[in-house]
This record gives sequence, structure tokens and C-alpha cells, in this order.
Amino acid sequence: MTTLFDPSAAATQATDAILHDTLHGTARGVVVDSPPGAGKSTLVVRAALELAEAGHPLMVVAQTNAQVDDLVLRLAEKNPELPVGRLHSSDADPYDKALDGLENVRKSAKAADLAGLAVVISTAAKWAHVKADEPWRHAIVDEAYQMRSDALLAVAGLFERALFVGDPGQLDPFAIVGSEQWAGLTYDPSASAVTTLLAHNPDLPQHRLPVSWRLPASAAPLVSDAFYPYTPFRSGTGHGDRRLSLAVPSDGSGPDRVIDEAAESGWGLLELPARHTPRTDPEAVRAVATVVRRLLDRGGAATSERSPDPTPLTADRIAVGTAHRDQAAAVRAALADLGVTDVVVDTANRLQGREYDVTVVLHPLSGRPDATAFHLETGRLCVLASRHRHACIVVCRAGVGDLLDDYPSTEPVQLGTVVKFPDGWEANHAVLAHLAEHRVTWRP
Amino acid sequence: MPPPRTRGTALRHRLAELRGPDVPAKALDARALAALAANPGCARRAILDGAGVNKAALASALGSPSAFGQSQFALTRGNAFEAKVKADGGAELLRLVHEKLDRAAEPPTEARLPDLTAPGPQGRTARTALELREATAHPGAWTLLDHPMLALDVAGSPAFLEPDAVVVHPDGSWTVVEIKSFPLLDGSADPAKVGAAARQAAVYVLALEEVAARLDPSPRVRHRILLVCPRDFSNLPAASAVDIRKQRAGTARQLTRLTRIEDIAETLPEGTCFSPELPAEELTAAVESVPATYAPECLSACELAFHCRGRSRETGAVTSLGRPVRAELGGLTTVEDVLAAARGEAGDPDDPAVAALRRAAALRAEALEAACR
Amino acid sequence: MSLISTLARLEAVSTGRAQPAATVRHRHLSDRPLVFVPLTTAGEAGAPLGALVGTDRDAPRLLVVPQPRDRDLRFAFLADLADVVLPYVDAYAEAVEAAERTETDPETGKRVKVEVDLCADAPQLIVPSRGGIDLVRLLGRSMRFRRTAEQDPETPYPAPPRVPLLGRWLTHFGERARVPGSSLLLAMTDVLGRHWATGQSTLEDQHLGALLAWIDPPEGLTGAEAALRAELERDAKGQLTCPPAGPATDPAFDNKLLAPAIERYDRARTALAAAEDGLEADDRLGALTAAEREIRDLVLSRTLPTWEKVWQGLDLLRELPEGAHVEERWTRDRWSFTGHRDRVLAGEPPQPRRDDAVTAANKLATREREQARLEAQEALDDPLVMAGRRLSGEAFAGEVTDVVMAYSEGKRPSPRPLVTVRTDDRPHLGERTKVYRSLGGKPQSAEFAGAEEDGAYVVLRILDKMGRGKEPEPGSVPEKGDRVCFTLFEHEQRGGAKLPDPEETPWTHGGPPGEAALEAADPVTAEDTL
Repeated sequence: MTTLFDPSAAATQATDAILHDTLHGTARGVVVDSPPGAGKSTLVVRAALELAEAGHPLMVVAQTNAQVDDLVLRLAEKNPELPVGRLHSSDADPYDKALDGLENVRKSAKAADLAGLAVVISTAAKWAHVKADEPWRHAIVDEAYQMRSDALLAVAGLFERALFVGDPGQLDPFAIVGSEQWAGLTYDPSASAVTTLLAHNPDLPQHRLPVSWRLPASAAPLVSDAFYPYTPFRSGTGHGDRRLSLAVPSDGSGPDRVIDEAAESGWGLLELPARHTPRTDPEAVRAVATVVRRLLDRGGAATSERSPDPTPLTADRIAVGTAHRDQAAAVRAALADLGVTDVVVDTANRLQGREYDVTVVLHPLSGRPDATAFHLETGRLCVLASRHRHACIVVCRAGVGDLLDDYPSTEPVQLGTVVKFPDGWEANHAVLAHLAEHRVTWRP
Repeated sequence: MPPPRTRGTALRHRLAELRGPDVPAKALDARALAALAANPGCARRAILDGAGVNKAALASALGSPSAFGQSQFALTRGNAFEAKVKADGGAELLRLVHEKLDRAAEPPTEARLPDLTAPGPQGRTARTALELREATAHPGAWTLLDHPMLALDVAGSPAFLEPDAVVVHPDGSWTVVEIKSFPLLDGSADPAKVGAAARQAAVYVLALEEVAARLDPSPRVRHRILLVCPRDFSNLPAASAVDIRKQRAGTARQLTRLTRIEDIAETLPEGTCFSPELPAEELTAAVESVPATYAPECLSACELAFHCRGRSRETGAVTSLGRPVRAELGGLTTVEDVLAAARGEAGDPDDPAVAALRRAAALRAEALEAACR
Repeated sequence: MSLISTLARLEAVSTGRAQPAATVRHRHLSDRPLVFVPLTTAGEAGAPLGALVGTDRDAPRLLVVPQPRDRDLRFAFLADLADVVLPYVDAYAEAVEAAERTETDPETGKRVKVEVDLCADAPQLIVPSRGGIDLVRLLGRSMRFRRTAEQDPETPYPAPPRVPLLGRWLTHFGERARVPGSSLLLAMTDVLGRHWATGQSTLEDQHLGALLAWIDPPEGLTGAEAALRAELERDAKGQLTCPPAGPATDPAFDNKLLAPAIERYDRARTALAAAEDGLEADDRLGALTAAEREIRDLVLSRTLPTWEKVWQGLDLLRELPEGAHVEERWTRDRWSFTGHRDRVLAGEPPQPRRDDAVTAANKLATREREQARLEAQEALDDPLVMAGRRLSGEAFAGEVTDVVMAYSEGKRPSPRPLVTVRTDDRPHLGERTKVYRSLGGKPQSAEFAGAEEDGAYVVLRILDKMGRGKEPEPGSVPEKGDRVCFTLFEHEQRGGAKLPDPEETPWTHGGPPGEAALEAADPVTAEDTL
């Protein structure tokens, strides 16, 4: 007999187990892998509230100021009474002005000013300068897979035990200088914090959130297979739960046809003729901008499990993702030419952790004469292919398959390091093969 | 369409023609197969390797001899080290396999060491397969196969491969052992050399998997191989387990793509031949009839590299300066085209590559002028 | 590769000569560098075959191991090398100047200034190529744990007295070479490649002969022709006329010349050992000396061309004026040298085989900081480097077209003048992006306050370095008509957070490493190599 998969039950079960280990377990650390949109922030907020309620002073470590501010806002939303400290840098505009409106949030550049508050939140970089006589009983380390091992080394003395949460499929941290001399060491300072933590504490409880609430049923299997082959997850919604409808019918152009395909299937590939181009390929950039313009013009509306009524697909629900900053700048300029100014256009690095209804992606390998390790990095493609709730439209020149096949695979191998899976090459091929089923060829 | 068998025969025939009359095919060894990954986009290399052409001889006949050679010091040392590792019935080698890969198993106090001698590569391959089956049928025992021979189908012809050793574990699983003479210094080794060893071992694993697939039940071929190297500055063996799953996947893909040589062969003019006996001019024309994708990395991987580099430079290809050079040049591929575009003599100013080149040229000129002042 | 350096390479192809990749010299060059041209034996982990070493280009010292498998001969080589390198290093250890350093007072925990010695200058090792740097590290690793008879009378194969010390110094040089912008140990190919763009790939630039052929081709040849000759030309005996810069030798040399010569040497040695009387021994000693002479000549013939090329490279580099920040970076090298000198003097043990977690993290942090510092300083020192940053949108230059005085809000308004710059560059400026310019060698910061005419005019608000008064100090605000260059990157690097002491390594990183036990020497076996 087969049992039906109940996403809510599975997610609740996982969360309960995580909270149990965090609040009542004996291990010094708990590690949680969270695939895209699996409710990582919700988990962090809930764990923080429960720890605070249990009277455990808590420090929270996030990686960027935006992440810190976002967590503070979420905590205050869930429990406006909770005394929260926002530890910030002494630069100009060190935190989101929205925090000034929160009564129980105290902000300071000095940790001493925040002593005794239930929860103190800051970035890893700022925590590294804090000296504490008494360590915190508990800590939560957010985006732990994007944190470098040396950053954890700098702050780990501040807490006794911690919950480490993050997404192993996104972009790895990196160093701007070579670090080969430490490759294979358990505490390689350029490795991710979780790698080091688990190398030294292999018996820590490890959990994973099994359900993506963001990715639709059309996307979860592909993203799970291509980027999380050994830790699969499912979509929290079924195939019929989400719908993208367009009020204005297609004009038969490539952009409109790919929009229809994506609205129908969740994926669309707008394939331009094969050609070697510089990164800011004007045709591809214009194609991206045109797709966005048409998405807005055609009166899109998204229906989802969140509400029975369709929500209009407005500019703030659409994002464009690119591999490079100059590409993002070129798309922004092209959008401005078409009168679109309020759609987010950013690189994969900056889109990490964000969520939209529809994303339009300029494929990292489009038009390139050769593939490089940068462009093949799994995390980059994973971020770009997993930001959407409804549909993802990829714009790309033909010929990427050959480009991948011709890629020289002569990577060096460092003894003692854990082989990272999946391989960027394979993940790219998997995504490409899937996109090929939703291809619209177009000669602009 | 003719049946596949006939097609295979036709291809073999065609490849023999390409090699030239009475020129024996150069056997593809694991090193050559692994090196295919260095430039999988090169049609010239694919057809020459696929046809079993001796590229070193070809390069000499073309007047651009390859610069590969091995010092006899390295050779002597390598052989001495391998002999040391395998001494005493492979006791040390098996101890290392046990320690690094299979600690749960009984330690290898004694091991089976089957005799693998047989006439010819086919004979040795058959003998190896037989002994592998024998060994797998002996649960609980360790078996060391010293220099077994394996066959792998490469584009329709068998390539014979000779791993340093294969070990059959008491649980019936198989491990490839690679013995190399570069040192394992304080636990780490030259990553480029380890990478090459891993790709080579991946070929052996694929060949072993074909043998295993013919057995019922199929034994497991382990995807962690054992790399044995001299420890630090001594000649004592040290070992490290290497996960070769990535290399195995990559090599498997390259091998399937080798079937492409049939398509390449079809594009060649009738009568094309790569025999080193031919006059250099004719040979050059034959080689030129297959496109190459030369990049400087070829210099350390392909015997024909100096020839291809010369041609690439003659045609002014920007890639002779390195693959990354192309990245920002868009559709411009030759030195003169790029320079003309940069000088404003050619190119569409709306093409971002051309526009960027002109800005780069102007900024460079301004800086050099400032420095002169 | 930036488009500017790509263009330089393509121009080199087209003109047949290397093109400048820098307009000033970005690395310090000592007046008296120690040049080291080593060769190794194929197949052995860094087993030396010979070397040319010294500070006098006309009188290098030739060191040879006639039978590389003989431990005594290898030890003799290393002892000779120590006799050249250590006096050279010691010569710099003595002259010191007073300097200040901030240290943490162990009792109060406060940061206090202490007066310390800083070596007035430091030694500089130059090797031909990157392989040479790797060999310096390898030699350092192989020697520093050796035991001398004095340290350990029981040791089976005692090393000559100064060999472990040489190992520690070579290790220090090798480790320092990993720090971006450092100059204690340089590879000639790297330094030349930093300053010239050739018409070949960076991979081919690793060949010192070919690289120099492009930079300084002989009369009548293009760079490409000369480089090809350097790479491939062989004499009648099949030997490369431009031997590889090492430390690896050409296999044809090993097989055709070296192996037979070593065999003759071995035979002569065996014969000498078997001599039955004094007369015979004298004869055979003569034969042995001749055989050794032959190997010495062979090694000299393979190292001397490289030796000369290294000095040729030094000549070429010395023609370039030194960059303005090079001296400052060299001072960091002097601190590094002084620090190691002090550790040796204090009797500290040799550098461990592996860094502990804290040391590794500190080294990585230092190198990232030095990398950022180097990138900023090279751009500030060299308009050609700055051109690359301008092209990539990380800097912009232009003319000031307007200055409007404005003030900050608050009780004590400070000057915040708005400066409009006309530029052809396209910097990646966003709302309130900070930019910096060099004002009397110090960075002055401003923020982006708007753009006009599609980015052709950039408006900046100057934020600091204008003095304390209500009116900016004279010269502290750009004036109409001034040429200015602003960068989006910072000019000076902030120090990172202090990491815990190694004995306070947290549980996430394995806890404290424990008492630093004296690391054991490598086990020695009878037929050990090196």
C-alpha cells in the first residue's frame, strides 16, 4: 500500500524534530539543510522565539546586514513584545530604517549596550569583534553554508551550542587568494563553516527540511534531482495548485510564445540563434527585457494556495537573474528603454534567499565561446533556477549543449577533500535537457 | 540502413585506411583515453586517436616533433617503487587497501595471487576475466591481481588496458589500485597529478564494470580507488583513497561521444590518409582537412600540439593566446580583426565587443601616454 | 584577462615584441639579490642534482650532486648551499633600526606601543620560475626537521650542522612568497610576466627563455621566432640549445648525457674502492675526479644559460621606475624577515608540518588583505593598471566642471561640497556609493550624489579630509578644471577581527591543538632518497 505524501505533515515532523534537538538535545550543534524555499527563515524565527521563551539568552549570526534586518523584522512581527538587540557596525546607515519603528528593538554598535536582551542579532563580521566574558547559552547560525570556516572560528567562542541552518545547494563561499595549501585539512579556513563543523563533530544531529513551499510542482523535481541528488525534497503544492493566467492573448512573437509555455508548464526556454557574443549580448539582453515587458503588458495573474483570488503579476513579483553585474546593468538599461523601472535585476549572488512569482534568467553560458568553472558553478545555476513560485523563463543562445560537451574536464584533485556533488557539468546538462522540452526558438 | 555489425566493420575498415596501408593501430591506453578529456571539442584529435594513428610519429613526419619524453631516472624509480609496493605477495599493498577502504573486513593475512600470464592481449584479458570470476566466487578471501588486462570498447575497436593492480575484497567487491611515483607529502600530493591519476583510474573502473556486468550476480566495482605513492621523502608506500565518481562520469561521457568519429570520418575527402610515410605536404593537407581546436593546454596533452599551434598562429587565431582571451571578443576571432576593431578601422560600433575594445584601446593609449610624460 | 591586457598581447603578436603591461615596477628589487638556479633529479621528490647560486653575476657558485641517490653527497650539497645562503641571510639580520609595533600587553590586555628592532633591509631570493619556488618550499620541508649529531647523538644519519637552519629559512621564504605583493622570494617568470604582455599564452610565459625572447628578442628576430627557437631548437646531439629553467631537466639530457656520466662516475667510485694499493688508488682517484668533473660540466652547461637569463631579466626590470607603494610593501617584507629572525634567535622550534586552525585562518586573512592592498596600490601607482579598473567600472577619471559649496546638517555644519566631474568612463555607481581619491597620499572619500546627461557628468559629495573648520582647508577640495581620478575600491585595508589564540580554538574547529610537541624528524630508512 502506498501512502500519499502529505507535505505539511512531513514538514511539521521535520521541524518538531529539529526544535526538539535544539531545545532539549545534548549535542552541542544541530545542522539543518534547507533547500530553496523550504521555510528556513520561518524555522529560524520559530527556533529563536522558542529558545527565548524558554529563557535561554540567544545570539543570532547571519551573513549580511540585509539578512540580519530581515530576521529582526520577522521576529518583531511574530512577537512584538520580545526584546531584541540589533548589533550593528559603526558605518553610515548600518541598518534598515524600518527597524527604527520597532519599539522593542534596541540598536547599538556596542554589544555591552545590548546585554541582557532575549535575542541579539548581528552579522558574523560584527560578532567577530565582540568579546564576551560569559558565552551565550545558545546561538543560531543562519546561512551557515555561505559562511566561511574562518568566520565561524572567529565567533564560535561566543556560544556554547548552536543551531546551524543553511542551503547546501547555493553558492559556496570563496577566498580571493589561493588556499590550496590547506585543502584536505578538516579546518581549511576557506571551506564552508558546516564542512569544518561536521568534520570535527561528525555525530551532530543533521536534519533537512523536506518540502519546498516556494518551488511549484513543476520545478521541485528538476531542482531536487539536478542540485540535491542525495538529499531530495518535494514541492509543498501539487500540479493544480498554482496557475498563471494572462488576460491578453499571445501576439505570436517569440516572447509571447515562451510566456505562454512557461505559464502552462512552469518553464520556458527562449532560444536565440547560435552566435558567439560578448557577455552583454544586445539581442539576448533585449529579449530578456521584452519578455519582462510583455509579462507586465499581458495582465498576468497568479493563483496559488495562498488565496483563492488571482493576484496580479506586478513588477515587484518579477525578477531578472544574470551571472554578471554588467549583464544586470545592461538588462536594467534595456528595461528602462521599454519603460520598466521597478523590476529587480540582479546577479545570482544577490538573488540568494529571495523569492518571486516569475523569474527571467539570462543563461550564464548563453553566447559564450567557452565555459569556465565560474559559469559551471552549480550554486549559480541553482540560485537562478529556484527563485520562482510559478514560472521561470530562460533566455539563451543555441549551442550551449555543444559548449558543455567540449568543456575540458581536467580538474585537479585535492586529496582528503570531500567531492562536491552534483558536478556543475552534469547539473547544467540536466537543466538544459529539461528546458529543451519547453523550447521556443526565436530570431529577433 | 545496414545492420550495426556491418557498420562497425565498415568503420574499422575506414579507420584502417586513414592509418595507411600496413600501419598497425596504436593501442589506446588508459592514459590516452583519460587525456581525451583535455580537449573533447577537438575533431582532429578525436579522429586520429580513434583511428589509432601514432600521433608522435605523425608530428615528426609533419616537421613539428612532440616534446614528450620520459627520463630514465623517473622510469627506474617508478619501477623500483612499484616493485617495493608489491613485494612479499603484495602484503603491504593489501594492508593499505584494508586500512584505507575496507576496515570492516578481516585483515589480509594471506591472499590469493592468481597467475595472469597468457598469450596476447586477448588471452590476458580472458584470463583476467576468468580470475576475477574465480576470486569473486571465493568469499572471505583477499585476491590481488597484479597487472591484469582489461578491454574497453572504444568507438568500435577494443582498447587494452593494464591497471597496476586490482584487488578483490572478501565481500567480492573490486578495487582499482594506482601506483604513482610522485610523493604524498604530509598527506597531500600535487593536485594536477592526482587528477590525472583519478581520470586514468576511472577508465579502469569503467572497463571493470563491463567485466562485472557479465557476471551474475554482478560484483560491485568500488568508486573509491587506492592511490599509492612514496611517503614524504622516503620510498615507503603511503596511500590515499580517491573518490573517482566525477571522473568516471566524465570519462563515460567522452567515450560515448567518441562514436562521433564515424561522422568525422564521413566528412573527410576520399583517400585521406595519415601515414607517416607520406610526404610532409600531403600529410599536412590531410591533417588540415580535419578541424582542430588548438589551445595552449594542448602543449602538455597532445603530441600534435606544436603543429596545431603553428597553424593556429598562422591563421591569427586569438585562441592561440589561451581560451579565456575569446571571452570578451564576441564574434571576433583573429588578431587582425580584433586590432582593426580596436583601432576603429573595422567593426560595428554598436557591437558591445567592438565598443569595449575601442574603450580599452583608448584607455590604454591614454595611460601609456601619461606614463611617458 | 582584462580586455586591456588582451589588447596588449594581440599588439605583441602583431608587432613581434612584448608590450608593456605596467609602466612602473611593482616589486621591490634588492641591490644585492641572491640568485638560485636549481636542478633536480627526475622521479625523486625534490632530490637536488645541482645549482648555481650567488649574488655576483660573474661568479656564481656551482654545487653538484654527482650521484643523486647518495645521501652523503646530497648532504654535502645542502651543507654547501647553507654556506652560501645563511651568511647572505645573516648579513641582513644585523643592521637594525628602531620601530614601533602595537602589541597586546599580557597583563592588562590593552593595546600598547612597544619599541622594537626592525631589520634595515632584508635578503631577497630570486629563482627562475614557479617550479623554483616550489622547490625552495620542498627543500625547506625536507631539511627543517632533520637532526644534527649535536641535537641527537643517536640519530642514524645526522645532517650537517647548519642544514636544519637552512630548512627553516627556506620554509620562511617559501611561505612568504604566498603573500600577494611580497618580494622576499620571487620567480623571474612571474615578475617579468607582471610587467610585460607577450604574444603568447600565460602558459607559454612560464618558459623563461621564451618569455625573454618576446621582451628582448635578439637582433633580427621577432619575438615569436626567438621564442620558438628558445622552446624547441636542439643541437646536433639532440640537446635543447636553451635548456629548461628547471628545476626539472629535459629527458633527452637525462638519458643521453647525464645517465652515462653518472654511470661512469659510479664505476670510477667502485673501482677506487677496490683499489689494492696506493698507486692504483691514486690513478683511480684521478679517474673519479675526472668523472665528477664531467658531471659538474654537464650541470654547469644546463644552469649557466638560465643564470644569465635571470640576470638579464633583472636588468630589464631595473630599467622600470619603482612604483610609489613598493617601498611600503617591502617594509612589510622586512617585518616578516625580522619576525623570523627573532623566532630563530629565541630558540623556537621549526615551523610545524601543518598549520593549526587559527594560524591557517590568520594567514588566509592576511593574504586576502594583502591582495586587496596590492590591487589598490598597483592601480594608484600605475595609470595602466588604473586604466583596467576604469574599464571595468571600478574607477573613473575626468575633469571637474563645477564645484558648489554645501554643508552637512546638524549643530555644527561641516563642509560637504558638491563636485561635478565630466567623464567618459562608465563606473558602476549606485545611490550613495562611496568613492575615493588620493589626496597627498591619503584617501579622501566622497559619495555619489547623482549623474547628468546619461552618466557623462557625475556629481560627488566630498565627505572628509577638509580640516575641522567651517571652510575647507586650501587644496582639500578639487577645483574647476582639475583632472581627478576616483576609485570605487578603498585605498587602505582595515584590519580584520582578532581570532582566538590557538589554545582557545573552539569546539567547532576541533578544540585546542594541545601542547606544541616538538615535531619528530622524518623516519629515515637505509635507502632513503633525499
